[in-house]
Amino acid sequence: MTRRTVELELATPGVDAQGHPVRVPLGAAGPAATAPAGTAEAGDAPPFPEQHMLINLGPQHPATHGVLRLVVELEGEMVVRVIPNVGYLHSGFEKLGEYRHYNQIIPLTDRTDYLSPMANNVGFALAAERLMGIEITPRCTVLRVIACEMSRVISHMVWLGTTAIDLGAFTPFLWAFQERERIYNLQEMWTGARLTTSVTRVGGMLADVPDGFGPGLRHFTETFPNTLDELDRVLTRNAVWVGRTQGIGALTAAEAINHSLSGPMLRASGVPYDLRRDKPYLDYDSYDFDVPVGEHGDVYDRYLVRLEECRQANRILAQALERLPDGPVNVADPRVILPAKSRAMNDMEAMIYHFKQVMEGVKAPVGEAYVGIENPKGELGTYLVSDGTAKPVRWRIRPPSFINLSALPKMAEGHLLSDLIAINASVDIVMGEVDR
Amino acid sequence: MNPSVDALRATLGSAIGRVGESCGDTIVYVAAERLRDVLGWLRDTPGEAYDYLVDITAVEYRDRERPLEVVYSLRSLARGAELRVKVELDPRGELMLDSVVPLWQGANWLEREVYDMFGVSFRGHPDLRRILMWETYAEGYPLRKDFPLRGRFSRAEQVRQALAANPEAHYSLDELSIAAAAADLPTDMQERLRRGERGTLPHSE
Repeated sequence: MTRRTVELELATPGVDAQGHPVRVPLGAAGPAATAPAGTAEAGDAPPFPEQHMLINLGPQHPATHGVLRLVVELEGEMVVRVIPNVGYLHSGFEKLGEYRHYNQIIPLTDRTDYLSPMANNVGFALAAERLMGIEITPRCTVLRVIACEMSRVISHMVWLGTTAIDLGAFTPFLWAFQERERIYNLQEMWTGARLTTSVTRVGGMLADVPDGFGPGLRHFTETFPNTLDELDRVLTRNAVWVGRTQGIGALTAAEAINHSLSGPMLRASGVPYDLRRDKPYLDYDSYDFDVPVGEHGDVYDRYLVRLEECRQANRILAQALERLPDGPVNVADPRVILPAKSRAMNDMEAMIYHFKQVMEGVKAPVGEAYVGIENPKGELGTYLVSDGTAKPVRWRIRPPSFINLSALPKMAEGHLLSDLIAINASVDIVMGEVDR
Repeated sequence: MNPSVDALRATLGSAIGRVGESCGDTIVYVAAERLRDVLGWLRDTPGEAYDYLVDITAVEYRDRERPLEVVYSLRSLARGAELRVKVELDPRGELMLDSVVPLWQGANWLEREVYDMFGVSFRGHPDLRRILMWETYAEGYPLRKDFPLRGRFSRAEQVRQALAANPEAHYSLDELSIAAAAADLPTDMQERLRRGERGTLPHSE
């Protein structure tokens, strides 16, 4: 049997006869060759260093996690400067909110951070309730904790899967998305939607959880740690993963605070701050969970923090299922909560309440309220200002991934271009929220 | 009521205006020209230590007589205390404030967003450009109350402008002005770049 040889030079463009990639001289021809098309008229532009190259990454690029555009100045393979450009997905949610009743804003919150819609719903409802002075029921409190922690699991699973893909590992992506699919099935069972959940209302929830939800979630909490162990085993001590993430994009604790980072980004830098523990809402202080804190503030520590947060979220889910009390989900205030449809059709008083709520909306007293909740991405703040009408004067979202992303130029400078991808992935951005 | 208010009044008396409270949060109104002094004092005084800037935003009321407010939310991570500092600006006058980027790097994009959405300029900001809207956006400031929900221009005009736009222009070195700022990089970074060194861990030996 004779051995067949392959002429690599003929078979593959860009590869020489030995199978090595052909080296392309980059930027040797000076600014005219390195600058993109359409800049011929920029005659008196400042002299661009000849050995530098300008690269445009995005807005349509798989590693930018949406429509983020990065303009990167390179010296060789090293990043000298990054200029992020955002706004491609700007939808004007905050402006829209000024023209809507409080309950009508909740569907908009789904679409901001669309990887954790239920947690966004909870954040808005909490702010509106603080503004109106509404105390929610014990069952609703626990249901909202379940909603928040389910969101944390799916958001971190998407983060882990896509980051692994960015760094060349495909298998964890499939495992992570299988787990996400199981949570999505539970979300669908509860709210009827997989992505745009709109699960809260001011003063309560869209609906109580259906039969079969509890056992389904319990099954999830029992089996989810197995997947986490597998992900841990395949990544945490993986030489490629460690080599691509350790020491990359590191921020000290002081820098992280100065850049107003929040969530896993802040904790990975060694700042033990978690709103669930330090400014408790929804009785989070009564749950038994740990706050993982990193040490070096690099991409690897952010990964470790998020992986551990999944375990802790799973613990909280199991505890919440244990303690889920019976009782009403919505507050017993007919001015806030719509009456049952059958009552609205048969009872005069209920019909009036129904009419007033739908036509006039729920009025909030004059004042303003800020509620920050610990979303998977960081601190999601909702700032509401009311002038006494049924529509807010100002609805401000404090977007965690927008503020976290603003530290990207600081983190990426001096690293390789391929590390920029890892750093950008480690920020965990969702452009729906960055651009709003 | 937050005890920081009394300390503020005792130290920077003339800069502190009225104090309000809403839903458990303390709101302090500050004179616009003393803003950076007040925020710097709150950040650097050991007993106050408001080291974390939560948010910067602005509010314009439907009542045209009320001034436009720029809102700074501060938090002390160690003490867990929160304070909301507000500055009032006359929307018919010049909307100009001192930038707080020298105090908090995190204010960079937040101030750009307030500029983009409300038209408030920040003196001393390193890179005050529009951020969510594009740089050639000509319809005004979207979150102002006199801005109609569907925008100032008709749909036909918006389409015409979009078609006439030259997106290639945004890729020019001229607009990005990267090269001009190469010398402005921190010296340690220039040094590192010259040596061709990668970033190091802050705590490693």
